[in-house]
Amino acid sequence: MDINALIVSMVSMGGMGFLFSLGLSLAGKKLQVEEDPRVALIREELPGANCGGCGYPGCGNFAENLTLGKSEISGCPVCNQEAADAIAAILGVEVESRERQVARVMCQGGLDETAKKGTYAGIQSCIAATLVHGGDKLCDYGCIGFGDCVQACTFDAMYMSANGLPVVLEDRCTGCGNCASACPRGIMELHPVSHTLFVLCKNEDGPKEARQTCLKACIGCGICVRAVNEGEMIMENNLAKINYDVYGHQTVLPTDKCSTNCLVVVPAAEQSSEKIAA
Amino acid sequence: MKLMLLFLSAAIVNNFVLSYFLGICPFVGVSKRVSSALSMGLAVTFVMTISATVTWLIYNLILVPYNVEILEYVAFILVIASLVQLVEMFIRKVSKPLYDTMGIYLPLITTNCAILGLALFAVLREYSFIESLVFGIGAGVGFTLALVIMAGIREELELSPVPKHFQGAGITMIVAGSLALAFMGFAGLIAN
Repeated sequence: MDINALIVSMVSMGGMGFLFSLGLSLAGKKLQVEEDPRVALIREELPGANCGGCGYPGCGNFAENLTLGKSEISGCPVCNQEAADAIAAILGVEVESRERQVARVMCQGGLDETAKKGTYAGIQSCIAATLVHGGDKLCDYGCIGFGDCVQACTFDAMYMSANGLPVVLEDRCTGCGNCASACPRGIMELHPVSHTLFVLCKNEDGPKEARQTCLKACIGCGICVRAVNEGEMIMENNLAKINYDVYGHQTVLPTDKCSTNCLVVVPAAEQSSEKIAA
Repeated sequence: MKLMLLFLSAAIVNNFVLSYFLGICPFVGVSKRVSSALSMGLAVTFVMTISATVTWLIYNLILVPYNVEILEYVAFILVIASLVQLVEMFIRKVSKPLYDTMGIYLPLITTNCAILGLALFAVLREYSFIESLVFGIGAGVGFTLALVIMAGIREELELSPVPKHFQGAGITMIVAGSLALAFMGFAGLIAN
């Protein structure tokens, strides 16, 4: 082997690399762009998950827009109060306290509750399944059960139960809303943690069809609406809805009036990550 | 005359994008707006021109005399990568919005095969220094031309009733293919 060629290669490539890097570092000094020093500080405080919940591609862009005054600190749904306060201190503004949001699964129609209309053998995703005759479950409004929401969760806060329904681990959920936008049926909804009473159904069919479709469907009987005070709940398209603005955090709950058990209280600490570990 | 022909050949007849199908990635990626396509084209033209001359110098003054032509790929990539870095710094300094528009495609000029292809073609065809320079400018102009034509068509397409299933990537591919077909009409007018 020609030792000379080896030395020539090393020297020539090394020399070239050195020259170029020298030129680049000089150019880098000259062409340096002054960045707002607050951007780096804010980026430190942001969650850094780049989940996109704020509407920007990542935490970096969001931080930049914060310093430019183009977005609000509350634009980040993931930030806890502590981080929000720290960012507010960096920006020199007041932050209003805001209640933590948590994703809720607004359907109880798992494999045990609702029948299947056929066998679906296509791509295992909710969006693909809805394109083929609206999924394999009989209910055209409920959870399809392929877990697009679980896939979308960047915080490991969701899993699919054995019954084929997504479960949210409340203590890990940051309320970024990725699951809500992933669900083709709008089953995932963000609610403030203080909301505990839910109508866990989206079925807008009439009583007969709804009852045939799912064991835990809202059949639109309206008993709950009559049981509470005027305006606290409303009937819309055969579906009972809670008017949280009026209902607030009432303790008198008409859950026992619901014959199909779809008006339920979700205890605040129902799901926690310790439960899975156990 | 010979240089003029060389320029026309690189720019139109043997267009890098539409005849050799090199550098397709930014051709599709940065051709949504004419303005950004034009600035991308100019950035690539700059890198092409400088790299064509610098690689010629390196090849003929270092690699050939010392018999290490085998290093041409490494050396050329080194030149191109450094130049792209420089362009990136410059654009970021001069125009932040432009920097954001070009996004990932700006650093990706490094791996743009049109530029490495240019340097390798120049070596293969044993161009002189002046010829390499003209070849580089011509190829850059040709690249810009292809990008701007494509962007112009795509801007029009946004206002056209494209059938649902052709929208987006589909119609873009069809347009690119038609453009390449049109440029094939020049084939053979000038060899190389």
